Formats: sequence, structure tokens, C-alpha cells
Amino acid sequence: MTISGDFGVWIAALLTLCVFSFLYKDNPLYKFAEHLFVGVSAGYYIALNYWTVVDQYLVVPLRATFDGSLPGGPFDARMQDYRAWLIIPAVLGVLLFTRLFTRLSWMSRWSLAVVMGVYAGLKTTGFAQGDLVAQVQASLIPLWIPGNLWASLNAILFTIGLVTSLLFFFYSREHKGVLGGVSRVGVWFLMISFGAGYGYTVMSRVSLLIGRFQFLLVDWLHVR
Amino acid sequence: MPLAVSARRCVLVALAALLLGVWTVPSSAAETAAASGASAAATATPTIPPPQPPTGLLYADVPNDAGGAVSLTWETSPDDSAGRGLVDGYFLERALSPGGPWEVVDSVDAGVRAHTDVTVRRNETYFYRVAAFGPGGTTRAGAAAGPAIGRSSWFNLSRVSVLVFLLAFFLLVLYYMYMAQTGRKPFVRRLAGIDAIEEAIGRATEMGRPVLYVPGIQDIDEIQTVAGLVILESVAKMTARYDTPLRVPVSYPIPFTIAQEMVRSGHVDAGRPDAYDPDSVQFVSPEQFAYVAAITGIMLRERPAAHLFFGSFYGESLMLSETGFATGAIQIAATANVHQLPFFVVACDYTLIGEEMFAASAYLSGEARLVGGLKGADMLKLAIVAVVIVGCVLETLGIHTLTVWMQTQ
Repeated sequence: MTISGDFGVWIAALLTLCVFSFLYKDNPLYKFAEHLFVGVSAGYYIALNYWTVVDQYLVVPLRATFDGSLPGGPFDARMQDYRAWLIIPAVLGVLLFTRLFTRLSWMSRWSLAVVMGVYAGLKTTGFAQGDLVAQVQASLIPLWIPGNLWASLNAILFTIGLVTSLLFFFYSREHKGVLGGVSRVGVWFLMISFGAGYGYTVMSRVSLLIGRFQFLLVDWLHVR
Repeated sequence: MPLAVSARRCVLVALAALLLGVWTVPSSAAETAAASGASAAATATPTIPPPQPPTGLLYADVPNDAGGAVSLTWETSPDDSAGRGLVDGYFLERALSPGGPWEVVDSVDAGVRAHTDVTVRRNETYFYRVAAFGPGGTTRAGAAAGPAIGRSSWFNLSRVSVLVFLLAFFLLVLYYMYMAQTGRKPFVRRLAGIDAIEEAIGRATEMGRPVLYVPGIQDIDEIQTVAGLVILESVAKMTARYDTPLRVPVSYPIPFTIAQEMVRSGHVDAGRPDAYDPDSVQFVSPEQFAYVAAITGIMLRERPAAHLFFGSFYGESLMLSETGFATGAIQIAATANVHQLPFFVVACDYTLIGEEMFAASAYLSGEARLVGGLKGADMLKLAIVAVVIVGCVLETLGIHTLTVWMQTQ
């Protein structure tokens, strides 16, 4: 057995063992790995976002707008070419930093209001088309398929599951009587689907653990 | 790949033509193929004639779009029939004027009689023609059709069903909000998971330990994060009232800022603005497992007595809830991520499933407007159940009107 001479593999392997030590209990090695991970990832995110968002979508287009390299005026915006209009989101972004100053921090709420409002609006129309109407439309299926008993039973079961699960989320009445019985059926459908999802996801998590052990045994210790 | 096959053939034939000294300079790719095909017919395969041209080219602006597409239909070449092998496909040519110059914008296989050009510019005038090509060469294109103009539509009529559902939803919500504000507050049944939030905070107060609130691992563009942050305000109000420490680790900058606002607002609502601690909300990291590592560290070192997971969660749901379970804290989770719900159901004391989380803010605040909105959403659910039942019956009877009406582009 030969051990890897790659410095990077050693770092990764030792940090993996530091994290695995948590299986015993919380300890300084785990704390070290945890703080290192959080710090590095936060710093990486800041650098990544500057170059992939701020620079790419704000600095570069604004520079191109005002250095005269684009035809038309600074406000001659076309699709995905907002030009000088980008000053508005830039100002809103700067306002977020007023939180650093107690007396000016109220100004950051303007930016937050825009963010919340825009996302709520975008999500409403997107959800209505992509999820609500599309899913309801896809649920309109024939309940009886001539000559195919299993497909018919499947369609009937699907529709019962859909309607009863939906009525489980009905809040305007107590779940008693008929509604109580129907919503109980809906809960059964939900729990059966959760059980299937649980088993499926556990399988994928086990494969992740196997991958980490393969790294330690093959890449680090060269055990084949 | 008729274009690629044709191009390869063009090269071979052009070489042959050069050797024979019959090279001419054509004006377009189709004419190149025509010229080379004709040369080939004259030299290599004189017995195979070029296919007869397609006819009846029609054009139309594609409706319900932003003006970026023109649809084309034509009658195939009389030689385009199965077994004859005289037509390999068709070149679609486009020009800005009837006299050219023409450019090939696409090609389609034999037998195809329609195509949509999605490379047009809005409000620009175009002319089209179609040519057939085959082993015998390429026909000269037929008469030009045009002017075709791609125009943008104000309304996408294929989404009328979406508009109807949205209007119904908002009208119902506004109606019940109005009813609630005029004193007729609608009844909503209690949810055990929501009632348990106050119980969990009370327990943390008795034990003298903090409450941990996790608003999910997504940014503000995820509506579950928004819901989680709205609920945070009510939770902060309760913790402020009981003078219980609150810890809120957040994974993204914008939710971090909003979370600070919510916690402060909760303290103000509780009449305890002085008790607000800005450090109770902590930015951690957008990296999924770094965020998990930090939260599990808080769970083990600060030992919060109550863990509240409200938001969008992915693979970290089991790690968080299992670690929290091991600490003995009371745990309440809420998410609409279907694949993570099983883990919360297994490892938490209470789980709010899907839409129950979105209803939680109305429950917790008890505000008439929000409760009215909840009632309106309930009525929409009844309407959806009715549409599903009616639609399934119609489909069973072979009537597809409703299904087609709900089809969107």
C-alpha cells in the first residue's frame, strides 16, 4: 500500500477525518474544520459573486454604456441591454449598505421593498403558469381506458389521491365528518409518498458516504 | 443532417467541377448546391434529374409571441414520395427584399411541409423561398413569398386560463380580506404544528435556553424563504415577549438583511425594542454544508431548547433534524420541498407540510387581512377540486375542450 504524496489530497483527507470525528462527539478538530469551512466558503462566495454578478451584470455594461462603444444613446435600451438604466439597481444596491450607519439604515428598506415586491410578483405569475394551471391541466385524465384495466385503476387512484390530498389542506372547516374522512385518506396518500421518498433519498445518501470512503481509501491511501 | 450531407456532396462535386473546368460562382448556398448538382448530373450521375420544386409557399406571423418568429408552410415537391429517393430535403432561404440576396436560414428533411423561422427580428420585413435538393442536385427555388413580418402581441391568448385562475384567486382573496376587515373574520381550523411554536418557545423560556430559527438555505428569490422570514417576525415577537434569546443563522445576504428587519420589527411589536440584539441574526455562508456545519455547531454548543426550521431545505434537512433530535430539543419544521418532508416527519416533533407553512404567518399573526387571504386560497382549492373532477369526467367521455383551454405555451 502506498500513500498519496499529493499535498491537496492530504489536506482533504485530514479535514474529512476531522469532520468524521464528530461521530464520537463535538471536539476541537471538528470545530477547526467547521470554522475553516464556513470562513473559506463565505469568502469564496463574496469573490465569486463580485465577478459573476456585480462585475458581469453591472460594472461591464455600465462601462460599455458610457465609453461610447455601443450604438445609440445611453438610454437606448433593448432586450437584456439595460445600459444606463442599470444605475437604478446600482443605487438600490448601494442603499443596502446604509445599514452600516445607524442614522441612515432606514434607507435600506427601499431596496428591500423592491426586492420583496419584484420577486413576489415574478413568482406569482411564474407559479400560476408553470405549476398551478399546468399541473391541474396535466391532472385531467380519462378515468377509464378501454381494454386497459391497470391503467384505468392507476388513473382513478391518482385522481382520488389528488383530490383527497388537496382537501387535507382545506382550513376553513374542522376535519370532521365527511371532510375528516376524506382528509384522512389524503394523509395516507401523503405518508405513503413520503415513505417512498425517504427510502429513495437514503439510498442516495449512502452512495455519497461510499464516495467519501472511496476517496479516503483509493485517492489517499491507494488501496485497490 | 441533410445540410451536412449536402455540404459534403458540394465539396466533392465542386472538386469534380474544377477538374472539368466548369466552375461558376453561385449567389447562394442553394444555388451552389444547384450548380454543383447540375454539374454532377452532367458528369457523374446523368440519369438522376434534380427534383421538381416545392410549391404553394405560405407564411404567417406566429401569434402570441414577442415578434421573433414566422411560420412557413409549403406543398412538397411532386418527386417527394416514399421509395423514389429523389428528394433529400428542402432549403429555406430568406432575404430582405424580393430580389435577394438570399441566405439559407435552415433546412428540413424530405416529407416536411412546415417550419418556423425563429431567427427573425421584430417588425423586420422578410421574403422567403423554398428549394428541394436530392441526389440529382438542387432545384432552383420557387417564387418568393412575402413580405413576412414578425409582430409582437400584447396578449398571449394561449394563457387566458392562467389569467382566469389568477383573477379568480385575487378576487377571492380580496373579497375575504374585505369581509375580515369589516368584522366578519372567517373561521380557520387550528394546526397542531403552529400551536406548538408558542409551546416550544415557552419551554425554551422555562429552561433558560435560546430558540434557534433556521429560515432555509435558499436566497430571497425562493418564495419559501419569504414565507420563513415573514413567520420569523411572529416568532421574534413571542421570544421578545418572553425575553428569550433568539438565534437566526442565515445563508444569503439579502435574507440576512430582511431577517434583521423582521426580528427588530417583532421586538417593536412586542413593546421591547430595547431587547433587540442585532447579533441574534448571523450571516453564515451560502455554501450548503458550511451552513449546516455552523448550525450543528450552534445546536451542540449553545444547546437551544427549540429548533424551528421554516423555509426551503434540501440535503441538509436530515443532518439538521437528526443532530437537533440528538440534543433533545423540541423541533418544528415546515417546508414545501416534497423530498425533504419525510426526514422532518421522522426527526421532528411537528412538521408543517407544504402549504401549511404558507398559512402559518396568518395563523401566528391572527391579522384579519392574512386570515382573509387564507380563506380565499381555500376557496380556490375547492374550485381546483371541481375543475379536476369535471375535467376527468369530460376526458373519460372523450370531450377535450377543458384540457385544451388550459393548455399554455
